[in-house]
Order: sequence, then structure tokens, then C-alpha cells
Amino acid sequence: MTDPDDIIVVRNVIKRFGSVWALRCVSVTIKRGRVVVIIGPSGSGKSTLLRCINHMEVEDEGEIYIDGQLLTQDEKKINEIRADVGMVFQHFNLYPHLTVLENITLAQEIVRKRNKDEARQIALQQLERVGILEKADSYPAQLSGGQQQRVAIARALAMKPKIMLFDEPTSALDPEMIKEVLDVMLDLAKEGITMVVVTHEMGFARAAADEVIFMDEGRIIEHGAPELVFDHPRHDRTQLFLSQILQK
Amino acid sequence: MACEDAALPHGAVIALPREPMKLRLNRFPWWFAAIVVIMLVTTGVISTQPSFQQSFNFIKAGLSVTIVTTLAAFSIAIVLGLVTGLGRISSNVVFKNLATLYVEIIRGIPMLVLIFFIALVLVPASTSGLNALGSWLTGMGLGSIGGALSAIDNKGVPMQLRAVIALSITYGAFSAEIFRAGIQSINKGQMEAARSQGMNYWQAMRFIILPQAIRNVLPALGNDFISMLKDTSLVSVLAVRDITQVAKLYAGQTFQYPEAYSTLAVLYLTMTVVLSLLVKLLERRFQS
Repeated sequence: MTDPDDIIVVRNVIKRFGSVWALRCVSVTIKRGRVVVIIGPSGSGKSTLLRCINHMEVEDEGEIYIDGQLLTQDEKKINEIRADVGMVFQHFNLYPHLTVLENITLAQEIVRKRNKDEARQIALQQLERVGILEKADSYPAQLSGGQQQRVAIARALAMKPKIMLFDEPTSALDPEMIKEVLDVMLDLAKEGITMVVVTHEMGFARAAADEVIFMDEGRIIEHGAPELVFDHPRHDRTQLFLSQILQK
Repeated sequence: MACEDAALPHGAVIALPREPMKLRLNRFPWWFAAIVVIMLVTTGVISTQPSFQQSFNFIKAGLSVTIVTTLAAFSIAIVLGLVTGLGRISSNVVFKNLATLYVEIIRGIPMLVLIFFIALVLVPASTSGLNALGSWLTGMGLGSIGGALSAIDNKGVPMQLRAVIALSITYGAFSAEIFRAGIQSINKGQMEAARSQGMNYWQAMRFIILPQAIRNVLPALGNDFISMLKDTSLVSVLAVRDITQVAKLYAGQTFQYPEAYSTLAVLYLTMTVVLSLLVKLLERRFQS
């Protein structure tokens, strides 16, 4: 069995898309409350790894445990686990036909079975936390990209998840909006929720991460404290990647 | 200030110079004006010419049949279409194949032939099937249900009901394709976001995907409704007394072909023009 402190355990996971190997035998353990940032070139498998953690992609081989529970094909169990794993997407994926408030209350009501008032209460708290309480009755299309992403974070947090996954949360944003989203994420990191973040924001990784994982060609090349990975990378590929990304 | 516009208050409307006359004339919907003229002229003719008046009074008796048939068949077709559309994109092999089989069969047969086949072959076959089931149930000792099923008489199924069945089966397949396209037009991220929150497939469909998809396909469904209104004219082959059948009867009795068929044509045109204006309004409302 797994250590109860290991909230995410990925063991020997292989994932292929047709003839493309997205993950070639990846194993990693993430402790409760840690903030882990995954970096790497595009196509390195970082997003696939993240999406395997809540079974948006199903691994071909290997096992994944979330808080001690093995992810299987059992739909009902997967849905229960997903409710405990919040996910924030690159393109926000807010529900455009619902108001900001309804975006945040819907899953609370139909998945968490909270009543309307409770769901609303929690939604408003989370909106305040991400600093856009005044937009509760707007529709997503009326918000800027940065505001939409903050709503998406509030939507995920309202479920009271054990883990938050971020899939390149600032990659689709205009430069002037990146900071407002990163600030929210930094606050979150300080609060002790387990976070796994795929990003190209090296500043965020240095400031917020407890651990950094560098991936390339479907493998984890390096995994350690940010100072170690950034300042003393052991592999040439990590060095090359970092020099390329820091030049920008 | 170099730029005058900057001095304008926020949201000010700047008056544009009037477009040249030629452009405005080009943009005018002449076709619509022509339709209005046609309808005005025929209304005038019908209200002043006794022979047209007579044919109109005779033919309008079929209006309720045409409208009721359209509404009933369309309501059933929508439900059938939604279920079939969901089947077409389902990951369940049986559901998916049944839905695709249905759509492909219907698309491959002319509507007139389908109306004959469903009304005169499928319905009698189903009633005799139900009769057989009834007598079997009676034999099993379930006389109450069995008796009711055995009592269904093929001749007792009115032609208008058969027409409704035929049209809804046909249009169910058409609207299934509309629903399928509508659902598939919704960004994949919507389903992912809903599933990532722990919703199951059907919850995500019901609360996230369908509300958006249906909104997108409303204009297409409206056009389907208009097509169906026109296609109800085909049920006259079953001797259902819709406006087409009544007009045929009138023309046969009086030999007043121009009166009968112009009245008929204008009746359809009036209904479809009004409906397509409504669809255009719907489209405009949902474009924003």
C-alpha cells in the first residue's frame, strides 16, 4: 500500500496516442500539501501526465493512486475522485450559457449535493478570494481572459478539492493579465493545498514551487527543489531547455 | 488635440454621412417586397372575385388538418431526433449503430415512398404484431392487457394519425443530424470541464452541452419546421383532408384549376413566409 501522506502516486505509467509515445514509463510521488511545477518543451508529456491524474486520459499501462485510491475504469468512482481534484484549463472552459455565479454553483449542487444557499455562499467566498466578487452576475463573455481564468480557479476551489491541477493556466492570456492569475495561484500555494502546475512561467516556479519536475520526450528527466533544477541541472537537456526559455 | 474623436464622450454615436442612393437601392430586399405585393394582390383577388372567394372558403377547411399534422409530427420528430442524435455520438455500440441505421435508411428513401410504406405497410404490420402479442398475453392469463392489445384494429387507425407517424419518423432522422451537428459543434473543453468537476456523461450533456447545442440549432430546427409544413402536402396521397387534398377535390369538382391551385399556393406561401421571418428573428437574437 501507499504512505497516507502520498496524495498522488504515479507508477510506471505508459500512454500512447497511436504511434506517438506521450508517456514512457513515468513514476512520481507527490506528498500532501506540496506545490509541484512541471516544466518541459511542448510534446514532452507534461499535459498528458496531468490529465492522467484525473483520468481525462486513461493510461495504457501502470497505476495511478489518488489519496490511496487506485484509478480504475469504474465510472462512478472516477467521478467521485474527480470531484476531489480541481482542474484549471489553458482555455478556461467556463460554461458560456451560465453566469459566473452559476458556473461555480452548478457542480456543487449536482455533484456535491449542496443546497442552493450553501452553494451560493461558497461561490461568493471563492469569488472574493480570487478578487472578482463584483462580476458574480456577469456572463463569461463579458470578462477579460484573466478574469475568466480567475473564475475558473474559483469554480474548481468551490468543490473543496484535495488537489488542484493547472494545465498551462496563463498560456492563453494576454501578457498584462498573466500577473493577476499568477498572484491568485501564489496565494493558493501559501495556503497549503496540493498543487500540480504545468507552466512556462519560470518566475512562478521559483517563487511558489516546492518541487520542480522537468520532462522531455515522455520521461521525467529531473525532479527536485527549484534551486537544484534551475541552478544546478544535472542533465544537458534541462540546461538547454532552461537556456532557451530564459533567453526570451 | 490632434484627434477630434478623443474629445467625444465615451459611447458617443458618430453620425455617418448618408450612403449614396444607389447603394441603398441595391441593398433593399426587393424579393421580399415582391412577395408582399403577391400576397396583397391575391388577398385582393380572393376578397373581390366570387370564384376565388368560393375556392378559398372551401380550401381553408383543410387548414386545421395541415397545422395540427405539422405540429404533432414535428413535436414527435424533435424528441425522436434528439434521442437519435445522442445515439449517433454515443460510445455505446448498439445505440450508435441503431441510430445510424435509422438515419441512413430514412435518408435513402424518397419521402413520398416512406409515407406510403409507413402508413400502409408498417402501421398494419405493427397492429397485427400487437394483436398477436395480445392474444399471446391473453393465453398467458393476462386478459386485461391482452384484450386491449387484441382489440386494436388496423382499420381503426385513422389516416391522419398514420400521416403523423410517417412524417415524424422521416423528420426524426433529419433532425437527428441537426442535433448531432449541434452537439459536435460545442467545444470539447466544455465536456472536459464538466467531467473534471465530477459530473457524469449525462449530467454534463443535460446541464452543459445540450443547452448550448440546442440554442445553436434553433434556426436549423425552425427551417425544418417550415420544410415539414410544406411536406404535409404529401399526406394528401393518403386522402388526409389537408389543404392540398381539399384543393384537389375542389379543382376536380369545379374544374376551376387556377382558383384552386393559386389559393393553395398562396396559403402555403403566407404560412412559410411568416415562419421564416420568425426564424430570421431567432437567428438574429442568438447571434449576439
